[in-house]
Amino acid sequence: MDNTVLHVADVHKSFAGLHALSDIDLSVKEGETHAIIGPNGAGKSTLLNVCIGRLKPDTGHVVFDGENLTGRAPHEINQLGVVRVFQTPEIFPDLNLLENVMVPILAKRDGSFKLRWFRRFWSEVDVRKKATDILEDLGLGPQIQSLATSLSRGDKRRLELAMGLAQEPRLLLLDEPTAGMARHDTNATIDLLKKIKASGMTKVIIEHDMHVVFSLADRISVLAGGRIICQGTPEEVKNDPRVKEAYLGEEQV
Amino acid sequence: MFKFSAASDWMLFLLFSAVVLTMPIWLAPIGANYPDLMQRFAIFGLFAIGFNLLFGLTGYLSFGHAAFLGVGSYTAVWSFKLLTMNVLPAIGLAILTAGLFALVIGFVSLRRSGIYFSILTLAFAQMSYNLAYSVLTPITNGESGLQLTLSDPRVIDTAMGEVVGRSLPSTNLFGIKMSGMPGFYFCAVVLIIGFFISLRIFRSPFGTMLRAIKSNQTRMSYTGFNTRPYLLAVFVISGMYAGLAGGLMAVTDPLAGAERMQWTASGEVVLMTILGGAGTLIGPVLGAGIIKYFENIFSAYNTTQLNQVFAALPDGLQEIMVSVASMFVGKSWHLTLGLMFVIVVIFLPGGIMEGVRRIGGLFRRGQKSPESASAAAASTTQA
Repeated sequence: MDNTVLHVADVHKSFAGLHALSDIDLSVKEGETHAIIGPNGAGKSTLLNVCIGRLKPDTGHVVFDGENLTGRAPHEINQLGVVRVFQTPEIFPDLNLLENVMVPILAKRDGSFKLRWFRRFWSEVDVRKKATDILEDLGLGPQIQSLATSLSRGDKRRLELAMGLAQEPRLLLLDEPTAGMARHDTNATIDLLKKIKASGMTKVIIEHDMHVVFSLADRISVLAGGRIICQGTPEEVKNDPRVKEAYLGEEQV
Repeated sequence: MFKFSAASDWMLFLLFSAVVLTMPIWLAPIGANYPDLMQRFAIFGLFAIGFNLLFGLTGYLSFGHAAFLGVGSYTAVWSFKLLTMNVLPAIGLAILTAGLFALVIGFVSLRRSGIYFSILTLAFAQMSYNLAYSVLTPITNGESGLQLTLSDPRVIDTAMGEVVGRSLPSTNLFGIKMSGMPGFYFCAVVLIIGFFISLRIFRSPFGTMLRAIKSNQTRMSYTGFNTRPYLLAVFVISGMYAGLAGGLMAVTDPLAGAERMQWTASGEVVLMTILGGAGTLIGPVLGAGIIKYFENIFSAYNTTQLNQVFAALPDGLQEIMVSVASMFVGKSWHLTLGLMFVIVVIFLPGGIMEGVRRIGGLFRRGQKSPESASAAAASTTQA
């Protein structure tokens, strides 16, 4: 366990008596792609929210690379290199695509606050180049000058992904990256995520689409009723009777 | 390729400077070229530019900016009383004090956003207004307002060997009296500098971060930004602009009263910015100019003048027209302002600048394809 980069230790979270998460113990190793699956309402998004500081766990803590994330402000967690790609696009609708991607790059480069009021934003040539490359990689090249609000839903998801990748995170948390995408786009996204995987970035991915999960994940944790009921390689998970009962039984894989 | 190139920004800046400095010429036909009014254009233009940095970029609507205006005025007058009649120290101190005030008020108010932020700023401004009338009377001189007196120490001026005569000294910039046209040009130059700084902020990484905060503040914190210091920084800058405007008011007329801090003054700058176009560079200055023009020109009309305007009409009709028109001028010029504001907000939610952009868009489309010019013209008449 020496190369564990994210450790969720004994986390409980309840909302008005409802146990959203109980006894969550999860370790993500450096460089691996860890998928979290489970039926609706199993607590997957709550778990991600605990990791990025949107929710504070009732007990337990989340440790990233030796740093305790519990109780830290969201921007501090981001500055440590933990970046989340949201399920519902959380973009900057009134900014153009290039700005949408340049802003996260500047956050990574300049830190959480820097008052640079005299320099021209567009003179940040390196940042602009990098943002353009990322957007072109994701097939958004022709639209870099349009406002993010004018994008289609699928394109907004891709922009969301571009904003996450632009920060070169040490740990990328992906919340259903292909939800709502057409088949063609889903495949393109899988290819892209495989490419990122090859670069050695650690990822935690929540996904409903089993096709996506089994083509990407190194290890899988199955969440049901706020508990992890099974953890292992895709093969182990596929054959676990408890998983079949809780989740996979509904849709044949 | 990029909409806001450095060259086009310089063009805009030079154009703005030229328009401001030639005001005495092009304002002559509409009877607004007297220094007193033009000074007010420049001063309220600065006030609105500063307000727009906060409201236009971040969307945080402050209803208490008049407090900083008042603080700036009091500070400047105190500088005239205690130090020197030179305007530079007065303005510097006005900016500094207003900045400190903004730091304190912003630190508390920015803990909330939306309507709660507006209410907090309004509460602070009203508090300052009431304090100026009551507890702080030794500093503000209460209802009669803070004025110059012959017995003021004026330490620096006295040390320089200037002797106070029988009349009150006037404000000056190294000997140049700050009244009349020199006063206007001084305000105009300050306005140009203020516009330049605002332009740089708009185009800077800082400005982009502020627009991103307006667009999606939650996302900013998950992108690794601490939004609070960004907001506080722009709040203080905005407060300093208001302090500068207040200081300039004292420069053109060295007295300060608490009514400058009243909520109506805070509301006025909101109107100016929205009327001209919040979030645009030129809009706030335009809005300030229009409102101050109407305030001075329309409110000056009286029945005799109206009778002259409608003199050509038959007697009965003339009386009716005069009585109708008098509802919109003189003391009730606010009705004109209100109607204008309603019309702009309904038809041009982006303010007058949106109208300018739309017209510009039509014009450009016509230029690109001459064969479709007639079609464009047809659509213009339809619109």
